[in-house]
Amino acid sequence: MSASKSCPKSWVARHIAPLPKSGIRDFFELVNTMDDVISLGIGEPDFVTPWHIREATMYALNRGFTSYTSNLGDIRLRKAICRVAEEKFGVTYHPENECIVTVGVSEALDIVMRAVLNPGDEVLYHEPCYVSYAPTIAMCHAVPVVVQTHAEYAFVLQDEDLEKAVTPRTRVLLLNYPNNPTGAGLSLEDKRRLADFAVRHDLLVISDEIYEELTYGERSVSIAALPGMKERTVLLNGFSKSYAMTGYRIGYALAEPPIIDAMMKIHQYSMLCASSIAQAAALEALQNGEPPRCEMLAEYKQRRNVIVKRFNDVGLTCFMPRGAFYVFPSIQCMGMDSMAFAKSLLQEQHVAVVPGSAFGRCGEGHVRCSYAASMEEIEEAMRRISSFVQYHMAIGKL
Amino acid sequence: MDNASLKKSIVAILRKNARTPVKEIAERLSITEDRAAELIKALEAEQVIMGYTAIVSDAAYEGEVRAIIEVAVQPERDTGFDTIAEKLSKFPEVQSMYLVSGQYDLRLEIVGHSLQEVASFVAAKLACQDGVKATATYFLLKKYKEAGVQLNKDEKYERLKIVP
Repeated sequence: MSASKSCPKSWVARHIAPLPKSGIRDFFELVNTMDDVISLGIGEPDFVTPWHIREATMYALNRGFTSYTSNLGDIRLRKAICRVAEEKFGVTYHPENECIVTVGVSEALDIVMRAVLNPGDEVLYHEPCYVSYAPTIAMCHAVPVVVQTHAEYAFVLQDEDLEKAVTPRTRVLLLNYPNNPTGAGLSLEDKRRLADFAVRHDLLVISDEIYEELTYGERSVSIAALPGMKERTVLLNGFSKSYAMTGYRIGYALAEPPIIDAMMKIHQYSMLCASSIAQAAALEALQNGEPPRCEMLAEYKQRRNVIVKRFNDVGLTCFMPRGAFYVFPSIQCMGMDSMAFAKSLLQEQHVAVVPGSAFGRCGEGHVRCSYAASMEEIEEAMRRISSFVQYHMAIGKL
Repeated sequence: MDNASLKKSIVAILRKNARTPVKEIAERLSITEDRAAELIKALEAEQVIMGYTAIVSDAAYEGEVRAIIEVAVQPERDTGFDTIAEKLSKFPEVQSMYLVSGQYDLRLEIVGHSLQEVASFVAAKLACQDGVKATATYFLLKKYKEAGVQLNKDEKYERLKIVP
């Protein structure tokens, strides 16, 4: 009674209040106050959605495809997704009960966590990683347990680190390869090793493969396709990155029926279904989107080659990414932390990059640069970064 | 990558932007600048790359009239369409020319200074050639797209500056 006068009662739930807002919010505000910024901080394709997909969206509107779809998603889209999963990821799912269409992979991740986690369960996830993983786990009253990855191992999870982190309470291993922010990918051998680990400790694997179709060089089957893994894997993917459809918000999850059924319950009460017209667009993407997808992939690959070489030339050691559209150069030689680097670079040269610390503690010492930007922007940004590095190195030596 | 696939990639890059610097081509393909320059020279020598030109809007055509002309011709016994086609393609007024399937045989793009000039070229130079059976002339009014480049660019949508 007396406390409420001096300190108003908080209506925010105990497990939500401590969640951090995205670690780069302040930095984002700072970027927004400036004009003429070249941004390498954008985690979405710079290509507009291919025209045939936009046209299919309008056609869906024209013919009035604007009502609810099945909770699981339009069956034609689910069939197309399962066909792709078989052809490209090497694993067979039944469209009737092993596939759910979601509002982006973000929703898929949220509802799968809610579907499988009990309060206090532990989830192993690897950093550096996308900003939502730990909060999504915490929002389920579960415990995020971080396993760090390092540049010297190409940011691939190592067995000994996993073994140290696993406990009898561990229920899920959350994977994201190709990885945001590092661009790291898994070889088939890595996948086998991680699958063995999951089986050994009886874990469910949630594999966020949103960047899978942005893999450069050799691709291998999904971890879900390895022996004994389909029944303990939830495969997440979507259309945002590989088809340049971020604003459409369409993702999907593939798993065995009991898990999809549980996810469907949450989805039906919270979302009902994903946008029907966006689902129509996604179907078009799967039916006719391969040529533009391959064209975008080829362009990203060439830009990757350019930007990796430029960073290494400048003296910021940069690991060659296997997928996604990010490079994650080391800035340790600069003698400042990644936030200080990003802020100084922004203020002095008007180039925006994302501090590695935004993606977890072991992201410190790196910055994330997206090459989903035009070659002119990349050229100019790299010219400015080069001046920036030379200037600060020179001061450092004085 | 072997030379053949590198050459293919170089041609694709130059067809998108013929002014791409050699340095950028080299970096895109992870090869040295010298090697990129050599491969471009080879492509030119092999006449895979025949020349470089600019994509321009209608503004650059001031004082010019352009037309598409369909020409039906009589093929010859040994050379088919080639003899007449090569003959017609030598006229400087002819900017581009293709043998096409369908109702007519050759599709020419013609440039002149006025309607009259183009019309008289068709009458005095083209239609009267031995082997030319018929022509149809279409004056070009407005260009919307060339070489994959849309001339009326879509308004650029402002993306968020930072997306995690």
